[in-house]
Order: sequence, then C-alpha cells, then structure tokens
Amino acid sequence: MFRPAGGAIVAEIRIENLCKEFGGFVAVRGSTLTIEDRCFFVLLGPSGCGKTTTLRMIAGLELPTSGRILLDGEDVTRRRAAERDIAFVFQLYALYPHMSVRENLGFPLRCQGMARAARRRRVEETAALLRIDHLLDRSVTGLSGGDRQRVALGRAIVRRPKAFLMDEPLGALDTEFRHLMCSELRNLHDRIGATSVYVTHDQLEAMSLADRIAVMNHGVVEQVGPPQEVYDRPATMYVADFLGSPPMNFLAFDGSVHRGDRQVRVNGAVVEVPEIHEDRAAGPLALGVRPEHVSLSDVSAVRGRVLGTDYLGTTQIVTVTTAHGSVKARVPAALPVAVDEVVGLEFRTPHLALFDAASGRALPSALYYRETTDG
Amino acid sequence: MSVDAQSQSVLAPGPWSKRFAAAVVILYAGLAVLPLLWIFLTGFKTPPDSIAYPPKFVFEPSLEGYVNLFTTRSRQSDDYLAGLPPPTNWVDRLVRSRNMVIAGPSKFGQRFVNSVIIGFGSTALAVVLGTLAAYGFSRFRVPLADDLLFFILSTRMMPPIAVAIPIYLMYRSLGLTDSHLGMILLYTAVNVSLAVWLLKGFIDEIPREYEEAAMIDGYTRFQAFWRVVLPQAATGIAATAIFCLIFAWNEYAFAVLLTSGEAQTTPPFIPFIIGEGGQDWPAVAAGTTLFLVPIVVFTVLLRRHLLRGITFGAVRK
Ligand SMILES: Nc1ncnc2c1ncn2[C@@H]1O[C@H](COP(=O)(O)OP(=O)(O)OP(=O)(O)O)[C@@H](O)[C@H]1O
Ligand SMILES: [Mg+2]
Repeated sequence: MFRPAGGAIVAEIRIENLCKEFGGFVAVRGSTLTIEDRCFFVLLGPSGCGKTTTLRMIAGLELPTSGRILLDGEDVTRRRAAERDIAFVFQLYALYPHMSVRENLGFPLRCQGMARAARRRRVEETAALLRIDHLLDRSVTGLSGGDRQRVALGRAIVRRPKAFLMDEPLGALDTEFRHLMCSELRNLHDRIGATSVYVTHDQLEAMSLADRIAVMNHGVVEQVGPPQEVYDRPATMYVADFLGSPPMNFLAFDGSVHRGDRQVRVNGAVVEVPEIHEDRAAGPLALGVRPEHVSLSDVSAVRGRVLGTDYLGTTQIVTVTTAHGSVKARVPAALPVAVDEVVGLEFRTPHLALFDAASGRALPSALYYRETTDG
Repeated sequence: MSVDAQSQSVLAPGPWSKRFAAAVVILYAGLAVLPLLWIFLTGFKTPPDSIAYPPKFVFEPSLEGYVNLFTTRSRQSDDYLAGLPPPTNWVDRLVRSRNMVIAGPSKFGQRFVNSVIIGFGSTALAVVLGTLAAYGFSRFRVPLADDLLFFILSTRMMPPIAVAIPIYLMYRSLGLTDSHLGMILLYTAVNVSLAVWLLKGFIDEIPREYEEAAMIDGYTRFQAFWRVVLPQAATGIAATAIFCLIFAWNEYAFAVLLTSGEAQTTPPFIPFIIGEGGQDWPAVAAGTTLFLVPIVVFTVLLRRHLLRGITFGAVRK
C-alpha cells in the first residue's frame, strides 16, 4: 500500500566479502549475501556471532574493515547513514523520551522538511496502520512494551524507506506477545512490501517470519536459503545443530565414501543414505538425522538402551544411548516406551545427511539435489 | 504484639524512624540557616546595634546598612548641614541624621555587575566546552582518552591557589590581570574539568541508539546532538551549571590576587567596606545578603533539574 504495485523502486541489498574487526577481534569475516527486493530476510545466529555488526554496517552506523555494500547495485560502503534511505529498528526501541508518540513518529519527517500538514497526515496514517492512533498524544515513557515496539516500527516506516533493518525488535517482549507481534510484523511487511532484514537468535521467530534465512556463526555466514531448505538440507553441522529442537543427531564414524554409494557402514551397522555425489577418502564422518526421522523398530541394526523420555503432548522425545552416541527420537506420545528397554533405531533414508566431521561441511548427496523435500 | 501488615511493608520506614529522620534534617537545616539568618538580620541593624553585647535579637530595623552599602558619605559640620536645603528623600534624611552627606555612589553596584559577568560568563563557557568535550569522550574513540581524562581531572587535585604565583606572573605578562576576560578564562579553566567529568557521566547514560536513529533518519551528527542528546542531557547540564556557578561566584583567593579595580568581583570587595572607626558591619551584612540572591534564584530555578540530576542513574531506568 505504501509503494506503487510493481513500482520502479527496487531495494536489493548486496554485501560482498564484508569484514569487520574490532581491534584485532574479527566480528564479521567475509560475508557475502544478496537480499532480494521485497524479501523478508532473517539473520539468525547465537549471541555474539556478528548479526548486529552486519546490520549496522548495512545501515551505515559502522564502517566495514573491508568489503562492499551495494544498494540497488550502487556502492554505498562509505556513504553516511543519512544518505542510504534505510530505516533501523533498534533492540531497545530508542524512542526519544522527551517527545510524545506523535513527535517521535514525525521526527524522521521533520528532517526531510515535509510541510506540517503533510507530516501530520502521514503520522496519522502510519499510526492507524499500526493501531496506535489512540496513543498519539501520550508520552512514550508510559507505554507498554508492545506499544513502544509499535511506535518504533512506526518511526521506521513513516518515512517509507527503501529497506527496514530490525535488530531483535521483539527481544524485550514476553513470549505470548512476541507471537502476536511476529504475525503483525509479517502482515506489515506483506502490505508495505519493502525489503526487510531482521536479526534474531530465536529460530522459531526466524522460521515463521523469513522468506530467506542466513545462519551465522562466529562472524561467518554458514548457509543462506528459505527456512525449510535450511532446516531440511543443512549445509554444515553447525546449521543442523543450531536449528531444530531438539537438534539433529550426529552419529560419528570413520570411513570412506564413493560417488554413487547408497549406504554407509556406521561402526559396523549398515545404514541406507541418499545417493552420495562425491568421493571421499577415509576420515572422520558424521551421519546426521533429525529426531523426527528416527523411529523405533525391533529389526534395525542400530540398537540402544532407552535413557529417558520427555512427554510433549502429541509426541515424545525418546533418548537412546547407542554405541555411536546418544540419539534422540521424536515418536508418537502414545507409543509405549520403557526406560532401560533395548530398542532398535530406524532412520528414514531420504532425510539423512552426511558430514565431514573435520570441516563440518555436508557431503553432496541426493538430499541436496532433490526438487521437493517431502517423502 | 500485632503488626498491621497492610500499613507496614518491609521496605517502608516505620513511623519512629521517619520522625527521627525528620528531626535530624530539621536540626541540620537550622544549623545551616542560622548564620545566614544572623547576616540577614544584621543587615537591618544600626552600626551600634550590630556590635552590641549581648547580641540584640530584638531591635528597631534600619536601612542604614543598605544605604551605606550603596553610597559613599562624608561627615560635615553642624553649620554646614544647617545651611543645606531640607532633605528631599528618606535616604538623605537618614544620612543627615548621622551628620553626613552623600558624596556619591559606592563601588558595590559595579562589583556586583562584575560578579554577574564573570560568574555567569565563566559558567556558560565551562558548560559549553564541557558538554562538547564530554560528548566527544563519550562517543568517539579518542586516543589516550583515559589519560586525557585523568589529566583534565588532575587540575583539581591541588587547591587552585597553589598555582597562584605562576598564574599571577603569567597574567601580568599577558595583560590579563584585573580584566573580565582574564577572570572568565581562569574560572572556566578551573570549572571545565569538573564539567567534563560530570557531563561525561550524564552523556554516557544516554543510549547511543538515540543519535544513531536520528542519523539514520537523515540528521547530521550535530543535528542529532542538538535535538536528541542535549534535551536529554538537560538535567545534567543544569546540575553542572549550578556547581560551576557556585564556584565562580564564591571564589575569593584569585579574585583578591588578580583583581583590584576594574574587574574586581564582590567577594573581595565586601569585607573591606569600611565605616567610621572600623568595619561597617550592617553594610557588610547587607552586601552579603544581596550577594546571595542571584545564586539562590538560579538554584531555585534549576532545582527540579538539580534534584533529578543528582539521582539521575537511579530514576532513569
Ligand atoms: N564496538 C565494538 N567494539 C568491540 N567489540 C565489539 C563491538 N561491537 C561488537 N563487538 C563484538 O563483536 C562480536 C559480535 O557482536 P554483535 O553485536 O554483532 O553480535 P550479535 O550477533 O548481534 O549478538 P547478540 O545476539 O548478543 O546481539 C561480539 O563478540 C562483540 O563483543
Ligand atoms: Mg545483537
């Protein structure tokens, strides 16, 4: 509604080999990403992995040590924040306490020299969009967390910038409210249609909001893709481990694999895997399997003893100690499982991933070259 | 024994501790106000009443002290006084009843103006410089910032008068002795270290995100500083200004040393108001009373800020 349908404004953000050092400490190392126009892009990663730093460089609040930032193909690396036409929503909102809600919303417009009447109209329009019109003349200091959040969003969108950058904007809200704001945020994005980059360490938030996710770790972008792809086809062990609750199981083993193999020997037990696309000399490997792709079966070669169960309503998580390490299985809650019982574990072949345990990288296999992920 | 759980929470002070606290505060306030009250009263006494023993608490008020403060007078013979036309106003009448005539205005007014110019001028300069420096230290990576801040503070580690001789010699060769500019610069130099330290604390408390948000919205750093940082630092600036003004207003040692005429401030002037046969105590007391007025007014005007400023960290979050 803010931008003409199919309009000419394109806001593609591209970062190339972006690095940032803080006095010898490397916060971001060589990120390369393309954030397409109108995409809701989420930067996901644990605390301290460099998400905020990346976002601040895109905004122009921090100068990269090396690398380039392009907006619509134009190099803006050295340009001042004010000249990038980007809005930023801060983690702690950064609403000006000495101004009312109305003044806070109008503040970005004042700078543009917009006439008073037009400004007033735009502020009221924005407030209505966010359903905070009844708060316009209140002071921001008395507002609830959710309302502050809305005002902060309002201050970002009121100017109709090319792109929105949001740094954990829901971080300070309680869980229930987060879910609500999450869907409001997604709705807002769909209506406004501006490119959004959203930083979070919450994988559920990331999954539910994103068109595309980039998973970061120690300043490195490990994988970029749509949420489901990142979840189903993790490019590294780190990504596989970071996503999912409980995370992916890894069964460590030594061995070699060859192009065309359809099974591997995990410490003696034969496990069928998606067709492997690469030769790999003997070395440490890891078989990755998500708990929901493990089922209990009497005939399986991989066997273990049940350590305990966590009841989750419709499903339960069964923890089994095996010769290859501990494995978690997500099975129907109704399935009777007794502690200390010896069970067989069956893995659903199409979903299995193989990793080079030394580098953490996934070995190319049919898993990564399939069109659909169901089955 | 039963405790009323509704009215007595664990954290709220009980009635007795409140009464005790009130008693202590009143006692202290009384002690602090008593000398001021005595000065105020002395200003309205006649010279004999002001040195009467035992001290007079009840006396007939007189404006002689104030008249003497603002005038210079000369004693005349009865014949001369008798030959004058009758007095035209109460001041003349009062002066003549003491066998004197007014010779002209005293220097008090001019000294007072000097105090205002030098006190407020140096305060304004110290606060402006302090705010800018504090902002710089707070927001930018200044090489050797910690050392610089320490050096700035080191100017306050000895009594300023310890450097009186070098400053006197320096000022003499620069031609700054007994000049308004010289005194403003001197008090600014002393106050700016205090201002930087106080204001850096206040500005550190203001999240950077406020300015960053403004800069992303298209404002320059200076505009962001002006529109976002300054309004939020108002409390700290007010508190700092009061402390600076109090120092500059009351400073005595340098004023005695460096000023004698042109730029002399009120503090060195007041004690030397001489009457016949010694100190003119009512005039001294009147001068002191008037001298207190601007600082009281300034403090009362900024009081709300001052109180909030001192408890800044506690109330912000
Ligand atoms: N101005 C700075 N000076 C020094 N180190 C910094 C600075 N800013 C960030 N860092 C460091 O860089 C690393 C990455 O910081 P960043 O804020 O980008 O992490 P993040 O992914 O946003 O984490 P979080 O989820 O905790 O916000 C951290 O280890 C942090 O300590
Ligand atoms: Mg962060």
